[in-house]
Amino acid sequence: MLVLDRVGKTYPNGVRALDGLSLAVAPGEILVVIGGSGCGKSTMLRAICGLDAPSQGRVALNGTTITAPHEQIGIIFQEPRLLPWLRVADNVGFGLEHRPRAERRARVERALDRVGLLDKAQVWPRELSGGQAQRVAIARALVPRPQVLLLDEPFSALDAFTRADLQDHLLDLWADAQPTLIMVTHDVEEAIVLADRIMVMRPRPGRLYEEIACDLPRPRDRQSAAFDFVKRRVLAALDRSLDRAVITDDGETRAVAGGGLWW
Amino acid sequence: MSLVSMTASVEPAEAAPAPANARLARVLRPALGFLLPVALAVFWEAAVRLGLSNGRLVPPPSVIWNTFVDLARTGELQQHAFATMWRVAWGFAFGVLAGTILGAITGYSALTHRVVDPTLQALRSIPSIAWVPLFILWFGIFEASKVILIAVGVFFPVYLGVMGAVTSVDRKIVEVGRVFRLSGVAMVRRILLPAVMPAYIISLRAGLGLGWMFVVAAEFLGASTGLGFLLIDGQQLGKPAQIVAAIVAFAILGKTTDWLIALTAAPFLRWEDRFARS
Repeated sequence: MLVLDRVGKTYPNGVRALDGLSLAVAPGEILVVIGGSGCGKSTMLRAICGLDAPSQGRVALNGTTITAPHEQIGIIFQEPRLLPWLRVADNVGFGLEHRPRAERRARVERALDRVGLLDKAQVWPRELSGGQAQRVAIARALVPRPQVLLLDEPFSALDAFTRADLQDHLLDLWADAQPTLIMVTHDVEEAIVLADRIMVMRPRPGRLYEEIACDLPRPRDRQSAAFDFVKRRVLAALDRSLDRAVITDDGETRAVAGGGLWW
Repeated sequence: MSLVSMTASVEPAEAAPAPANARLARVLRPALGFLLPVALAVFWEAAVRLGLSNGRLVPPPSVIWNTFVDLARTGELQQHAFATMWRVAWGFAFGVLAGTILGAITGYSALTHRVVDPTLQALRSIPSIAWVPLFILWFGIFEASKVILIAVGVFFPVYLGVMGAVTSVDRKIVEVGRVFRLSGVAMVRRILLPAVMPAYIISLRAGLGLGWMFVVAAEFLGASTGLGFLLIDGQQLGKPAQIVAAIVAFAILGKTTDWLIALTAAPFLRWEDRFARS
């Protein structure tokens, strides 16, 4: 169980990126965080993975407070961030340096096979396409078998087709060991395709605005009415979460109330 | 002469099928760079042979070649070249050592950078030859002052290169190291070192180039051996062929040592575009 307890982050320049965020994520849950820019989504991920300590509150995994990067928490960034001086296989095995060579090779091979890039094992990162590089980054993060995997807008730099492909792929990989996934995105459809739960955040200061459960049966059909329904609900929440919409909060809420019947 | 006729033979090859033509072009294109110097050499040789010039101040290639061979046969050339290489080697070693250590420290620690870098930048703006009188007073007229002058010349490009490379290591890549919980030593070995390697190699090559420059300056100022001494000796005894022969020796040594660095470094830089394609 991953728990955030009143986590806040104030940057040295006085910006309050995150304000009293409390959250519990169950093992194997897929939580997607969505919100306007500057609402502290990335700050939250960086606090969870121990890259930036929060200014207030604490993050705990199974009762242990996270103060530095933890071996059970992996992260995939917006950019693949592969090490250009290592071949693809060595990039994937980067977190296994201390393991015996045979084990390392077997695990790297399996991971590359799972992302469909076994034939690229001895290739330099610069020779990969954007989608391939991000798949290598996913393999690298999954190879140490983390309990929690954080994804910071991992597909936002990719074209729509590759993105949809990788979303399906991510679910496949998730099914292997079922780690907890926490993903930040700007893409509402991506959120609904993946999430068990969608968390809408609002900016200045970054706060949890609304939680929307998303229990459509998988695999999810983007064309279905139910999918569309959740999408409208998320979009409406996003609208309301932005300052300009707050004024008309009541009206907006009523507009969404129709969703209450189904929900 | 043969190169000139080879390039001339490109024209009949145009009639051949395209692939053969392309292959020939690929072989000949680098040879195009030789066209101008070879033509000039041939022209000057012919001019002297035909009596258009006596070639006393600008000796023709054949005379330079003979001087070069004579110097090599007596062992003089090797002796002088060795003396020069010895100085460059030591100067380069000290300069690289100091430049690497100081560059790494100032690049890594902002505080040290603030304390040390302004002084070094101020020292850098002094033309290094200006140190010579002081170095001679301090370290004598023999090897020490020469080696130190060369080391000063090598130091600055290496220092600047290392410092710049360390400061500009991508924060995002360093974060990857942090996420995988690398210790300080592992971070240096697995992230920082490979990341700065390309810039480091370039700074080593720049430093070596300056080392060869400064050895000449050092040897101009009172040496009894070395290629720089051959230059001065040739000037004082009115032997231009010896001067050019020494210059040629410098060119060969400089190019060879630079090539050795590039060759040694190539396996570490295979991941870079330009080495992978060569």
